[in-house]
Amino acid sequence: MLNPLNLANKESDMNISLILIFGTMLLALWLGVRAQRGKDMSLEQWTVAGRGFGAGLVFLLMAGEIYTTFVFLGGSGFAYGVGGPAYYMLGFGSLSFVLSYWLLPPIWRFAKTHSLLSQPDFFAKKFNSPALGILVALVGVVALMPYLVLQLKGLGIIVSVASYSGLSSTQGVWIGAIVTVIYVMVSGVHGSAWTSVLKDFLVLAVAIFLGLYLPWHYYGGITPMFEAIEHAKPGFLALPATGKSAVWMTSTVLLTTLGFYMWPHMFMASFTAKSAQNLRRNAYTLPIYQMMLLFVFFVGFAAVLQIPGLTGPDIDLALFKISLATFDPWVVGIIGAAGVLTAIVPGSMILMAVSTLLANNVYRAWRTSTGNAAADNQHIGRVAKLAAPLVMLAGLWFTLQGGQTIVSLLLMAYSLVTQLFPALLASLLPSRPVSKAGAIVGILVGEATVAVLSITKMTIADLLPFIPDALKDTNVGVVALALNVIAMVLVSAVTRSSAKQSSGSLQADSVA
Amino acid sequence: MSAVRYLALVPVASVMLGPFFANRVTPFLFGLPFLLSWMALSLAMTSVVMYIVYRFDPRNAPAYVEPAELGEQGE
Repeated sequence: MLNPLNLANKESDMNISLILIFGTMLLALWLGVRAQRGKDMSLEQWTVAGRGFGAGLVFLLMAGEIYTTFVFLGGSGFAYGVGGPAYYMLGFGSLSFVLSYWLLPPIWRFAKTHSLLSQPDFFAKKFNSPALGILVALVGVVALMPYLVLQLKGLGIIVSVASYSGLSSTQGVWIGAIVTVIYVMVSGVHGSAWTSVLKDFLVLAVAIFLGLYLPWHYYGGITPMFEAIEHAKPGFLALPATGKSAVWMTSTVLLTTLGFYMWPHMFMASFTAKSAQNLRRNAYTLPIYQMMLLFVFFVGFAAVLQIPGLTGPDIDLALFKISLATFDPWVVGIIGAAGVLTAIVPGSMILMAVSTLLANNVYRAWRTSTGNAAADNQHIGRVAKLAAPLVMLAGLWFTLQGGQTIVSLLLMAYSLVTQLFPALLASLLPSRPVSKAGAIVGILVGEATVAVLSITKMTIADLLPFIPDALKDTNVGVVALALNVIAMVLVSAVTRSSAKQSSGSLQADSVA
Repeated sequence: MSAVRYLALVPVASVMLGPFFANRVTPFLFGLPFLLSWMALSLAMTSVVMYIVYRFDPRNAPAYVEPAELGEQGE
């Protein structure tokens, strides 16, 4: 190990994979800058691309959402770490798109009619309540932070592993964060869409290659691999009877399906569509794209018997550890390049969403309420761009605290963001059953429940010791969702009846 | 839009019931563990079902014009 020849070798290994990774970062930046050329940078251009994207680009923005570092490292790591329960990702992939067929067109139409730019705008307009808009913006910001953190975590893993430990994971996190901030500041949503093209192509190729090559290389095929795993760890490839059981899986699928389009950036991505038809078409094209998950699972499963022993947050390393053990440095470099893109592209969309939320929906609302003249869009656009590096610094801080796996971070974020679904659904119903107070209280109750449950790490069994054992594995986010709905309905009933009792002036007010 | 839209309930049922009724490793189906195969087939079926729903939905015909948003609801 200590002779100079080996050291030199190690350095050249590190160089070739790092050159590929940094080259990819530069290419992404160049594409981002190019996509921007000739576009005038109004707030609407920066955030929703002037609502001019056809089905193809909306598809890429939404598919880009699926192909994040969550799938690439988190998906393979989760399959490696827990086995069968990882299949839940296929389930919410199916159901989110079924839901999108009916959910997205009315959202898109309302947003277009009222020239809305963001998710809080939508809630504020629907319920005629700026306060609700601010609340939704803050929920979005809080829920997106763990999501940003998991992209940065992925970047740290990739840079440190692909540099053959020449760079630390902390350095990797910093480098990735800086590139993402620059990317967002120069390009906006156009950059995200075009880099998505490059990213999806590379990730698809890498995932399919690894998913086929590794099982054949180590086991002589995919079926022999599964047979070997079943022999060594019986039952690992299905769901356990307790813990991450069938009840856990269906409740998690339900939670993530309802939450999928509640992400502020996904909501915004639907605004970029040119027509409702484009959105409906995506409902049958996007599930096919999800099939890539199978190959990602194959990678994780291939690692189960080959590089045993990764536990806790380290399960996220499975894909890279097995690649490192199998391939030459230049292949590791290409895998790293794909991994970097799966973190930077979604990372930039998340960062842009958070910055826009803070500038457009918190800062602007605050200015208006303190009696200042309404800020123009140009001013808000500048504030959004200034907010981006600050948000990233916060993300960096959380990332360097460490501790959780990529999938557990995402599931926590989902519990937070899904709390917006009941109010959204109610706002789309013609009878408008929910009042603004009901929506606000429901969301607050839901979020408070998630916060308490995450901080105290309580499970359903602690919370409701009397329920049947079978239900004790229910995802705690579902409990928060249930309390949210109950609070929303009760408060709506109370505010409605008091509104009816009071003079007609209040009603006239809400109709005007 | 006709009853065709209710086809969309088929993948929903498949995904939500699969973990209970198909939760087993063997027999391998298409060379994959049984439950993995089930979930992957559900995903493929989602695409087929949503394509059928899309084709039978008159709102997706080329001549169809989207109605404007119905006023400012509730305001």
